[in-house]
Amino acid sequence: MTRYSAWSVFKNGLSGQNNWGRAWRDPEPAKKYDIVIVGAGLHGLATAYYLAKNHGLKNIAVLEKGWLGGGNAGRNTTIVRSNYMMPVNRQFYEHSLKLWENLSHELNFNVMFSQRAHISLLHSPAARDAAARRYNIMRLTGTDAELWDLATLQQEVPHLNYHNARFPITGAAVQRRAGTARHDAVAWGYARAADQLGVDIIQNCEVTAVRREHGRIIALHTSRGEIEATKIGFAVAGNSSRLWQMAGMEKLPIESHKLQAFVSEPLKPLLDQVVVFGVGGAHFYISQSDKGGMVFGGDLDWYKSYAQRGNLPIVQDTCEAAISILPCLGRVRLLRHWAGIMDMSMDGSPFICKTPIENLYLNAGWNYGGFKASPASGWYFADLIANDRPHPTIENFSLQRFEQGINIDERGAGPDPKLHG
Amino acid sequence: MIRINCPFCGERDHSEFAYGGDASVQYPALDASVEEWHDAVFMRENIRGNQFETWHHVNGCRMWLVVERDTVTHQIHSVKAAHDGIARVIEERQP
Ligand SMILES: Cc1cc2nc3c(=O)[nH]c(=O)nc-3n(C[C@H](O)[C@H](O)[C@H](O)COP(=O)(O)OP(=O)(O)OC[C@H]3O[C@@H](n4cnc5c(N)ncnc54)[C@H](O)[C@@H]3O)c2cc1C
Ligand SMILES: [Zn+2]
Repeated sequence: MTRYSAWSVFKNGLSGQNNWGRAWRDPEPAKKYDIVIVGAGLHGLATAYYLAKNHGLKNIAVLEKGWLGGGNAGRNTTIVRSNYMMPVNRQFYEHSLKLWENLSHELNFNVMFSQRAHISLLHSPAARDAAARRYNIMRLTGTDAELWDLATLQQEVPHLNYHNARFPITGAAVQRRAGTARHDAVAWGYARAADQLGVDIIQNCEVTAVRREHGRIIALHTSRGEIEATKIGFAVAGNSSRLWQMAGMEKLPIESHKLQAFVSEPLKPLLDQVVVFGVGGAHFYISQSDKGGMVFGGDLDWYKSYAQRGNLPIVQDTCEAAISILPCLGRVRLLRHWAGIMDMSMDGSPFICKTPIENLYLNAGWNYGGFKASPASGWYFADLIANDRPHPTIENFSLQRFEQGINIDERGAGPDPKLHG
Repeated sequence: MIRINCPFCGERDHSEFAYGGDASVQYPALDASVEEWHDAVFMRENIRGNQFETWHHVNGCRMWLVVERDTVTHQIHSVKAAHDGIARVIEERQP
């Protein structure tokens, strides 16, 4: 397979772009693999890549019921940041951000990771104090964090509503190393890089049942026949409970909820940061894509759902929030909106862990935040599967944490999945 | 828009209601074991298909309801008051 380079772009330009090879193979599933990952989203693909790359493992397959990257991988608003406060999250997301910073080179695929300030607006002295505490804690682990006063904010983002906002803006908490990336490119980049290391990515291959014998999983029934596996990893964001039940288990600390995203018609450059607004029940985040579309989102739809389509009240709420902080968007037309189904966990934090079945590993519970997590998630999930023990960093991303009283509840919202943004 | 037929107010947009959660969850006795409480508070079946769930008619009569809804199609199959006694009275009154 060709290595992408300035030279290959030049050469293919001269021959009318007709001679590019396939980016990855389309193999028939083998009868048996050493490791099978279910779900070719970002987490599944990244896991397969790091299994091959970091651990030198072979004979790996990723099974995907649709097309790779067609789930939440291709539906999110692409915000990457590491401004978390709880100990596990801080280390984990900072590791992820470091991987993002070199991802295009690592994968030889331009994932268009564009670092830009992530600006959380502040509206009161109490919010400023809380942000100061949070950001000081972040700085202790070496994550960058800044507080901006109003004058700085006005200079950096001149067109926010500083005049008659219902919640006057008083400053911002900022992480400069945050950013956005092209989500499809991340899926494609991991897929291509994994494929080059020999991973079989098998699309249109839905897992429909799990065959167990003596407490182990022997094989997966799929729409493309039975596939035997020695070790199995589930990375099926939003469908974790279904796969869990197929494997013969009952409940998880997870509910499936849908989140919508929105994109406007393309505009000239307007915003080169990510702006987040969350006060008085509002929740809103916005950035501008390289094509010029304003990409934004808000809260999930507030009721459990497996339908990949959103409902109108949230469209209204999100657009209201947009206009209240960026009144200049008032006449901009909405181009598209869509929804994805996410695992919302009981404390808003994920699971990268072993399971009651000895050869089954679980990667689940990513809530709204799984895009930024994907490089580190793949990294640590691969490490877990290869070594059959959790890395100390992710020890508490386990299913036992609730009974042990070590909930990782960044928001302090309590055990109600829909409340963890 | 999902429309919920409140037994007290009639059919209304779901934006008048607040979603509660899985109505099959029963909290155990206060002195039940940690395992039982753990399962009730944290563990969910997360049904894909018909589920009984609670909704609060928060911008209406403020009653809690149990709604039977398909979590894939959002089709609603039944709605009744969450309080058994009240649900029974309403049922008996129906001709
Ligand atoms: C609207 C929206 C906005 C978001 N915005 C952000 C953001 O700004 N920043 C951020 O960090 N995160 C964000 N997220 C979260 C992030 O997108 C997800 O957490 C992350 O993509 C989930 O991991 P994944 O990519 O592996 O999931 P997916 O891409 O959903 O992958 C799971 C795959 O499993 C497959 N699958 C399911 N069942 C089966 C089966 N039985 N057999 C075979 N395959 C199966 C699915 O088809 C799917 O392709 C957002 C999510 C949504 C929905
Ligand atoms: Zn009512």
